[in-house]
Order: sequence, then structure tokens, then C-alpha cells
Amino acid sequence: MGKKEDLEELRVKIEKMQHILATDVGSTTTKARFFHKRGGEWRFLVAGEAPTTVETPYEDVTLGVRNAVSEVEELTGHRILSEDGSGIVVPYDGKMGVDLYCTTSSAGGGLQMTVAGLMKAVTALSANKAALGAGAIVMDVLSIDDGRRDYEKIRRIRSLRPDMILVGGGTDGGAYEKIAETLELIKTAAPKPRLGEGYHLPLVFAGNREARKFVKDYMSGDFALSIVDNLRPTLEEEVTEPARRAIHELFMEHVMSHAPGYTKLMTWTDIDIMPTPEGEGLAMQLIAKVFDTNTIGVGLGGATTNVYSIFDGRFVRSVSANLGMSYSICNVLKEAGLENILRWIPIDEDPEDVEDRLRNKMIRPTTIPQTLEELIIEHAVAREALRLGMVHHKTIATRLKGAREERKFVVFLSFSDELQETYIDMLKVGVIAGTGGLLSHAPRRAQSLLVLTDGFQPEGVTRLFQDSVFMMPHLGVLSTVYPEAAWQIFDKDCLIRLGTVVAPRGTGKEGKEVMSVEIEMPDGNLVKEVMRFGEIKVISLPERAEASAVIKPRGAFDVGMGEGKELEATLYGGAVGVVLDTRGRPLVLPQDEDMRKKKLFEWWKALDLYSMDY
Amino acid sequence: MSEKRPGRKVHAYTPGLQVKKNTIVRKTRILPLRGEVLVKKGDYVNFDTIVARAFAPGDPEIINAAAKLGVAKVSLPLYMQKKIGDEVSEGELIAQNIIFFGLIKRRIYAPFNGTIEHISDISGRVIVRGALIPVEVAAYIPGQVIEVMPDQGVTVETAASFIQGIFGIGGESYGEIHMAVESGDEPLTPDTIYSEHKGKILVGGSYVTADAMRKAAELGVVGIVSGGIGSLDLKEFLGYEIGVAITGEEECGITVVATESFGEMPMAEHTFNMLKELEGKTASITGATQIRAGVLRPEIIVPAPKAAAASGSEAELDVGMMPGTRVRAIRAPYFGKLGFVRSLPTGLQKLETESMARVVEVEFDDGTRAITPRANVEIIVE
Repeated sequence: MGKKEDLEELRVKIEKMQHILATDVGSTTTKARFFHKRGGEWRFLVAGEAPTTVETPYEDVTLGVRNAVSEVEELTGHRILSEDGSGIVVPYDGKMGVDLYCTTSSAGGGLQMTVAGLMKAVTALSANKAALGAGAIVMDVLSIDDGRRDYEKIRRIRSLRPDMILVGGGTDGGAYEKIAETLELIKTAAPKPRLGEGYHLPLVFAGNREARKFVKDYMSGDFALSIVDNLRPTLEEEVTEPARRAIHELFMEHVMSHAPGYTKLMTWTDIDIMPTPEGEGLAMQLIAKVFDTNTIGVGLGGATTNVYSIFDGRFVRSVSANLGMSYSICNVLKEAGLENILRWIPIDEDPEDVEDRLRNKMIRPTTIPQTLEELIIEHAVAREALRLGMVHHKTIATRLKGAREERKFVVFLSFSDELQETYIDMLKVGVIAGTGGLLSHAPRRAQSLLVLTDGFQPEGVTRLFQDSVFMMPHLGVLSTVYPEAAWQIFDKDCLIRLGTVVAPRGTGKEGKEVMSVEIEMPDGNLVKEVMRFGEIKVISLPERAEASAVIKPRGAFDVGMGEGKELEATLYGGAVGVVLDTRGRPLVLPQDEDMRKKKLFEWWKALDLYSMDY
Repeated sequence: MSEKRPGRKVHAYTPGLQVKKNTIVRKTRILPLRGEVLVKKGDYVNFDTIVARAFAPGDPEIINAAAKLGVAKVSLPLYMQKKIGDEVSEGELIAQNIIFFGLIKRRIYAPFNGTIEHISDISGRVIVRGALIPVEVAAYIPGQVIEVMPDQGVTVETAASFIQGIFGIGGESYGEIHMAVESGDEPLTPDTIYSEHKGKILVGGSYVTADAMRKAAELGVVGIVSGGIGSLDLKEFLGYEIGVAITGEEECGITVVATESFGEMPMAEHTFNMLKELEGKTASITGATQIRAGVLRPEIIVPAPKAAAASGSEAELDVGMMPGTRVRAIRAPYFGKLGFVRSLPTGLQKLETESMARVVEVEFDDGTRAITPRANVEIIVE
């Protein structure tokens, strides 16, 4: 992928390309994105969507791909599909076709894995990170110390039907009897692959090097075994890349080839099909690299919420496979609780009616909100999905457990069950980027800005971006062979600059002064604002414009330099502008019902959030 | 600029629910693991005919044998009285360590009838596998076996009336259809359920309460079919909240199928009338629902082997929308309304939310017309 031999296998040389088609075969919808070269620059042209056709009676994803591409054809008049239905016409011959076709996929639930390690907070956690980094949904994490008895683990393994298993455990050179115990459990449980009988379940072993022979002798008869470098060769090192690569290769060879229609789809594409979260993750890393700052990204999908962090150079991905805006919307309801969803809605709602609406969305996941009321309800759920997704992400984005720190006196850190605090500090996050249907389809940019802000609660000075038409996975996979084109499209058409949020950490009394801000606008005008607790204000600053600001927080409020310390910063404009947010961090809504509704309407009005009479 | 292709169908985002009076239903009945098919092609089977059987590996017991015997893990094989593959009976001696001139005997006995599966000199553990567990698959629908997949299962076919629901709970069962309400907009409440309904599938109208479901389960009612079901009623009846629409394994004593939606919703007239006509006939029912990764919808199948020639099959592909296609709105503000497609505007149109979407113009049965997103209608396959 992205390797030289892949480039040589492309049917058209990069410099000669004029049209590129990329699709994402999602769990609900197949999305086609059509790009072309215009004036020497690659640009997004049009999008097409259709239901994914992985289930009965279709059982062939290429049907959904053809339907989505038909939409593109209808909207552009550019013929792409071959007349005989055999696929995408490559190359472009002057009249029809494209020069490159690539795709990501999360259809059929994506890549579902079970991982195992010895200790929950050490090798099991590293195995989890490796699987997540490869774009998998991790169904369970097994470890010696996870609190379950052997029979419970066996029952659990049997009930799961993973596509693949990853086993880590033990530093190199140590004894491996505990690894043997773990493998005995797995072999005894005899897990069946999700995609039916007839092939061996792939298993990746990424543990103690000394155990390799034993693993091969014991497991290779029952599993499609792959042995790679240790995830934790020493306690101080975490090496997830070899395991991630193996997962990807096995995904292509075993999982993809058994999913309905994928064998055909693989003949249509120029490069390997990539799991959607992997494509998304690549796009997020590109953002972090270009803007050179700590970045939080989120893919808020129908079935899952993927949160990405690139913090101090560390890339971590978490999948909340139970949180989504359609299939899993009732899980958000279940985990967050109806009260937490209703607290974001200032309109009077019958709680039972809201529950029914969410359940109807769950059973008819491809429907979209037509009324404003329905949109407001979905946005409220989205805030909770993001909040919970971040809570989950912070349990993965932690310092390495078990590693000895370099100190004057060597100190051995205990293998306690307490998780280390996350290293993610929102005051040090410079960018938040969101993708996914709900964010991309939000009719007003301020809606996606506020959903991201309320969900993640950025602190200090943070730029917010969103994916314009949901194409991050597409550009992520494209970037592996044509990074130049991917970035041009990313920069010009994909990344919507929403603006900059300035939000001090700290809480206070309603109406009390929180900070003063002086902003020198591009035209030289000086804008001065004094912000009080409980307020939110927008200062118009267009996309690609910049302004210098001096931010002076009062008292214990902190915008990044310490409590009460002044910060000079560049504020970047966007579709919304600069948002001064002194509602508090953490953000706590008023307990009193009338006050809560009043404040919500106040904030919505300040952002002109919806087309309604406030 | 778009290229218009005359008469071109567009695809609905939601495959329609099927409500067919007379169709061919085929059900593939497959074992979860390789086994034995007990019927042959051409055989006639009934609802509860066992068509295939397999034996699943028994439950394993992992014994920390070396630790129990007080021996080094690597030495465990020396203390075994049985070897890998040996069958053992419950209570039979499988390993022992006799020390101090026989004064101390540490023994391990088989926890149940089974087989010695593994003896590890690395982990020091012994795995005993219990007796095989029979796994059976029933025909579920009466009909003729039209295909046999050796070692796996069969396909059974019958002419039948076929009704698909939108959501259900509970697994496969069968019983006689009985109308418990007079019209599709009446709720199904406990006072409409009696002991003589035992073994039957009750057809309600717009809503079924938790109390009604509870009473029905207690009386031995096999299934309930209702237009709507309330979220809170469902939660109260099951005792827990459903997070994702993957159902069918609930141990709640009854199968419940909602044909229209969550909340109060009259059963579609066509569906209600069809069930009324079928009253007294025996039907198969399942509440199994799975929305992602292999969509399953709950269903009621009423076999009619001697019916007039059936048209089509329940597995027909969604054929797409065009003017004249019968549709139902499946989201507010027109939820549940039936009508016909009048036109399919190309290009995106602005909704009340200010979103741009591909839309469809529908003329509802009450004569009103509306523009609604294409994603918010489902095709009615009758």
C-alpha cells in the first residue's frame, strides 16, 4: 500500500490522471466521491450515495457501489460504469471512465477482532491499540487478570464470532507458560469465524519471541497463524506496527475475500481495500502533520464512533463500537441515559416519544431528519456520543503501564489495576476535526461546530474543522498512492474551516467576568470583548483569514499559559468564525429547567444555530 | 447537467417490508456446524420436523493439574493416569501424586463424562472435554425439501402468505392465528387475552402493552403481532433496555412482532385484513431482528400448499422506485402514511431542516401530497 510496486501497478501514470473515483462501502451507505483535475489542481466534483448491499437478498457489495456510482453519473453526465456491469471503466478514454478507483470499507460491521494479552493494562492494552490502529472493532479484550474465570472466558470466546484474533503477551526472553494458558483457552473455545465455516480463523501472535515454536506447533493446525514481532519486546517499548500490518494483510486475504462481493470488488480497485477507520486515521494524521499540532479527530458514524488522537507524536485510535447515530443510536441512549440527551434540548419533548423516535431510527437507520425538531434531537444524541466516545478514548490513550521511568532512583511502578491518567490534555489540543454523516450533513456549519464543542469541550485556543461531504476515508486511502492529489482535495474541498474556539478552563458564577479579548482584525480594526460566565459569542472572521489576539483570563481561568495568565495567539477564521466560549470547562448545564432552556436558546441565538424563532 | 434516462428506476434507501398474500417462501435451515441431514430432497416436512442434527463439542473443564498435584508443570505427564484421547467417566481417577510413602495422596478425578483433550507440560493444565451436545434444526415452515446441502442443512419451500415486521423479540415458534382486536387501530391490552389463547398467535392493532405481553406469556400464547410497540413497555417486559436491534434470543416466553414502528401505530390496513382472512390457520413466527451485517426482519409465514399459483418469492430483490410505486413514509412528519410516488425530482431539494436531499413527491391515500426525502420512504411490496 503506497509502496513503489503499488505505484507501478496503477493502470495510469499519476501525472496523466484526470479523473479519480473513490468509494467507501459503509455499514449503511455506500458513498462515491468523484474527483477531477482542473487547472492543474485536483478538486472534488460530486458525491453519490446508495444503500450498501452486503445483506440478503443482495449479498454483493458491488451492487451498492454501482448504484452509488450511478448517482455520480446522473449528477455529472460522466459515464463511469461499464455497460455490461462488469465494473468501473479504467482508464478515462476521453469519453468515459476514470484513471484510478480505490475504496475503503466497513460493511458487514467492518473488521471484528478479539484480542488477548497477559495483563489487562500491559500487553492486552497494547494488543487492543494495535487492533484499533489497524481499523478493527475490538469485540473483547482477554487477559489473565480480567477478573473472569476460565469457563466464562471460554463461553465468551465461543459466543463471539470474530474475523481475527490477536494474541500478545510476555516480553522477549521470558517464560511463556502464561501465554500457553491463554492459547489453551482460545484453542479450547474453538471460536468460529463470523463469515461462516470453511476457512481457518486468522490468528496473529505478537508476543514473547521464545514462545514462537510452541505457538506454531500448538495453534497452526486450527488457525491461519501469523507470527510477528512482539508488541512489548520490553516493558518500556510498545511496537504495534508489525501487528497492524499483519492484521491488514490477513484482513485482505481472509476477511475481505469471504465477504459477499468483495472478491469482485477487489478486481475493480487499483489498490488494496482499506478498512474505513484506517483511511480515516490516515486523514487525521495528515491534518496533525500539516497543522503541526496536537489533534483530536472523530468519525461519528451510523454504527460506531471512532476517536483519534495525535498527541505529542503518539497516534491512538479508539472505536466505540456501541455508539453511533443510527444502528447504535439506542446504545447512546442506554449509556448516556435519556436525561443526558434531553438536557441539550430546550423544546418541550415527551420523553417517551423521544425514546420511540430514537428506536425508530435504530430500526430504520437510513432515514434522515426532515423536521427541525428531529434534527435537534439527533444533534443532542450526537453530543452524548462524542462525550462518551472521548471518555472511552481516554482509557486507551494512557501512558505505558509497567514501564520503569527514568528517574534519579530507579522506581518500579506497580502493576496495579488502576489505569494511569490519560496523557490527553485538552488545553494542549490545537485542532479538532470531525467527519461522519451527521456532521457533514449538518445544514449550518455552526451546528457541527457546537456539536463538536459541546461533545469534546475544547479548552484554550482550538481550531475546529469538519469534513465537508464525508470524504476523509476516501482521501486517506488515496493518500497512500497519490498524496499530492489527496492533500489538494483535502485542503480545498474536504476540510471546512469552522473557525477557532477560545474557551478558558475553569468554572464560575453566572455573569461574573471570565476574560477579556482584544482581537486585531485583518482590516486593522480592534475588536474588544469582555466575556462573562455563561456566555458564548461569535466574531465573524472568514475562512483563510487570521487575526492576532490577546486573551486575558481572570482569576483561576486558564487559556493555556496558567491560571490568570495572558495568552497571545493567532485566531483563524472559518465558516462560523471565532467563537468565544465562557460557558465553563467542564461545561455544566443549569439544573433548573427554565434556566437551562433559557441558556440553551441564548447560546443557539448567539450562533444563529437553527432557522427558528428564539 | 445530468443525463436523464427515461423510465429509470431509483433505489429506495430502505428495502421495503413485504406483505404478500400468495408467494413462494423458501427457508434455508442450516446447522451452525457440520452434522447430518435427516431428510432428503422431495420429502415433505412439518413445522417441527428435525431436518438436521449435529453434535457440538461439549463444555471443557480446565484443571490446574500440576498445581493441584504439587508437581512441576514440566513433570505433569509423569503423574497422569490417562492420556490424550482417553474417554473418562465422572469421578474416574485421571492423575495422582503419591508421596511420603503413600501417606499423602493427591488425586484428580474427571469432573464429568468426557475425553482427555489436552495435557500441557508448559502450563501444567489438563483439559477435559465433556460429552457432545446435540444441536438440532427444525424445518420451521411446513413444505417440501427442495435442496439438501450435505452435512449442513436443507432448503424448504412452500406457497404461503408472508408478512414481514419491522422489529421483534423472541425466537421461532408456530401457532394458530387469532384476531384479538376488531380493527387495526385498537390496542392489545390484558383484558383481551384469555386462557383459550394458549398456543395461538394473537393479532393486535396499534399497540401492545407490557402487561398484555406478560399475561400472554404466562398463559402460553405463542406470539403477538401488533402495529406498534412502546419503548418503555418493551423495557418493562424484558427487564432491560435494547441497545442495538439484534434480537431473537430473548428468553421471554413469547415472540412479539411489530409491523409498523415503535410507539402507537395502527397496523396497516392491508396487513390487518390479510391476517384476518388467515385467522384459524397455523403460522410460523419469529421475532429475530438484525439491522446490521445481514439484515433480518421478523416475520409471519402462513403456509397454503393448495393455494392458487403463487407469484414471485419473498426473497425478491428490491426493484426500485418510479412514478406509481406504492410507498410508505417511515419518518416524521408523515410517519406511517401510505401513498404512491408521483415524481422523482432530480437534483437536491431543501428540507425544513435546511438540509439538501434527494426527494420524492408522494400522493398519500388521503389525497394530500408531500415532498419527502427518498431515504424516508419504503417501498410496499404487496
